[in-house]
Amino acid sequence: MDANLESNLFVFALAAFLGYEVVRRVSPQLHTPLMSLTNAISAISVVGAIAVTGVSHNPALVVVLGSIAITAAMINVVGGFLMTDRMLKMFKKRTVKPPAHSAGENSPKPQEPSRG
Amino acid sequence: MVDCSAPIFAANVNTALLGGHHPPMPSYVVLIYLAAAMLFALSLKWLSTPRTARVGVLAGEIGMAAAIIATLFLPEVRHYQWILVAGLIGVIAAIPMALLVPMTAVPQQIAMFHAFGALAAALVGTAEYYAHGTALGTSTLIAIGFESLLGYLTFTGSIVAAGKLQELLPTAPMGYPLQNFVSIATLGASVIAGALVVVYPANALVFPIFIALCLLFGVLLIMPIGGGDMPTVIALLNSYAGLSASAMGFVINNKLLIIGGALEGSSGFILSMIMCKAMNRSFVNVLFGQVQAAKAQKADDIYGGNIKSVNAEEVAAILDGASRVVIVPGYGLAVAQAQHATGQLFQLLQARSVDVQFGIHPVAGRMPGHMNVLLAEADIPYDNLKEMDQINPEMENIDVAIVNGANDVVNPDARDNPNSPIAGMPIINVDKAGTVIVIKRSLSPGFAGIPNPLFAARNCLMYFSDGKKAMLDIIAELEKL
Repeated sequence: MDANLESNLFVFALAAFLGYEVVRRVSPQLHTPLMSLTNAISAISVVGAIAVTGVSHNPALVVVLGSIAITAAMINVVGGFLMTDRMLKMFKKRTVKPPAHSAGENSPKPQEPSRG
Repeated sequence: MVDCSAPIFAANVNTALLGGHHPPMPSYVVLIYLAAAMLFALSLKWLSTPRTARVGVLAGEIGMAAAIIATLFLPEVRHYQWILVAGLIGVIAAIPMALLVPMTAVPQQIAMFHAFGALAAALVGTAEYYAHGTALGTSTLIAIGFESLLGYLTFTGSIVAAGKLQELLPTAPMGYPLQNFVSIATLGASVIAGALVVVYPANALVFPIFIALCLLFGVLLIMPIGGGDMPTVIALLNSYAGLSASAMGFVINNKLLIIGGALEGSSGFILSMIMCKAMNRSFVNVLFGQVQAAKAQKADDIYGGNIKSVNAEEVAAILDGASRVVIVPGYGLAVAQAQHATGQLFQLLQARSVDVQFGIHPVAGRMPGHMNVLLAEADIPYDNLKEMDQINPEMENIDVAIVNGANDVVNPDARDNPNSPIAGMPIINVDKAGTVIVIKRSLSPGFAGIPNPLFAARNCLMYFSDGKKAMLDIIAELEKL
């Protein structure tokens, strides 16, 4: 097996594993921003589009395809990051704090009678 | 096109492009790429809780910016005019897309971003093929095949998904005779065409046919799937978009791309597993299963004479006597744009010392986590948004459960009736609360097309109204008390 392919397969397998472990810990609350953030990150393909487009002696077809790819990937990068941040900005902690003596972690009403 | 082979492959003369077809990167670029890869991993790690999530976005942005700038300094990159023009167009187009889209329309916007990302990956693969063609080794050609297949099918598939989410395309499941045969045959033909590209890279005809088949397969795969399955579909397309970017990393031998794509690939994979589990269905069933015409009981047998209807005044009176309330939102809440009215009701009840929690089913809404974003938009603190497994054990201590725009995810038949078409699907057990108030425009069935015995339950009251108007009317009545 050619050396590049071999090291690339290692990187892919380990990155997929890392992704699985990291993403598994993301709160379900944030699954929409998660999807939009991972999508923005995978638009790193813009790097490949730039490398393909900028090389000398390219046939015109390659420059056209590469340029469209750069536009599409940049939409994905900028749009993805901006929208993720716009969503995350809205996630706020409780503003009205219960009094300090409250033991109930989620009940904003400290005098809540316990039932059941 | 047929005679193009000579000029197309002229680039091979350039010795720098022979042997791996890309020159080795300078060390500083490699190091910046490594730093970017680490920032991407940290970015997802910091996304795990809302507290650190925005730092995560910043880390991702820095990694991305560094990688793009480093790429511009690659020695092989010599011509900047098209890069700058194309990049600028992308930035200008992206800003309104990201900042103006209403939160209810986020799923279709994300589907469009998937489409753009996948298109970029697919086009780079195509450009690589036309730039280097026969000089590419077999393993690179195979990687181009994967990149193109995943990229082009995600491109058209995501556009179809966005069309369905925007309701430009019919949202009902669209089956046709031999649907699965046609889809699988198209996939098979794409794979064969891809294999022919690998075997006969110099043939000018095979590659365009391969592209066309991949584009067609994306449409055929997503078109028959109904709106209710969109959470799984979007997650799946998310995964494919990532894998196509990763395949591109194999093509141009760039490990940063492999990592960035693999992160998205596994994220989409996990999310689609979660969605399937929350519907008690398999991948194969979502993609290829026809939704069976429900063999359930007639709606009239269940509902006949057992439906108790209430108005805003009565609901307000019930809420006035409650101390613990759970609100269960569904896609109907998004359709009715009721999130802000729901937020107002939340504030009002809290001010009256009522404990209000939200019970969120994983497949409520049109994509994973969609409801959380909408409720966060309405200024509801995230501590009050509970997952299904967190809220269910509490349900017996809840005085009032308000269901707004949800149906199948609160259908007790899924839990109690083994013959139900949705048997085994996990639900939010609102029927165990003291009183259930269901806000719904009519008794029409949800996505599963089956009646919901909850509506006829002893402790269930139906409030027939639009989701937003109902909330505002309840608020008005509560304020009088």
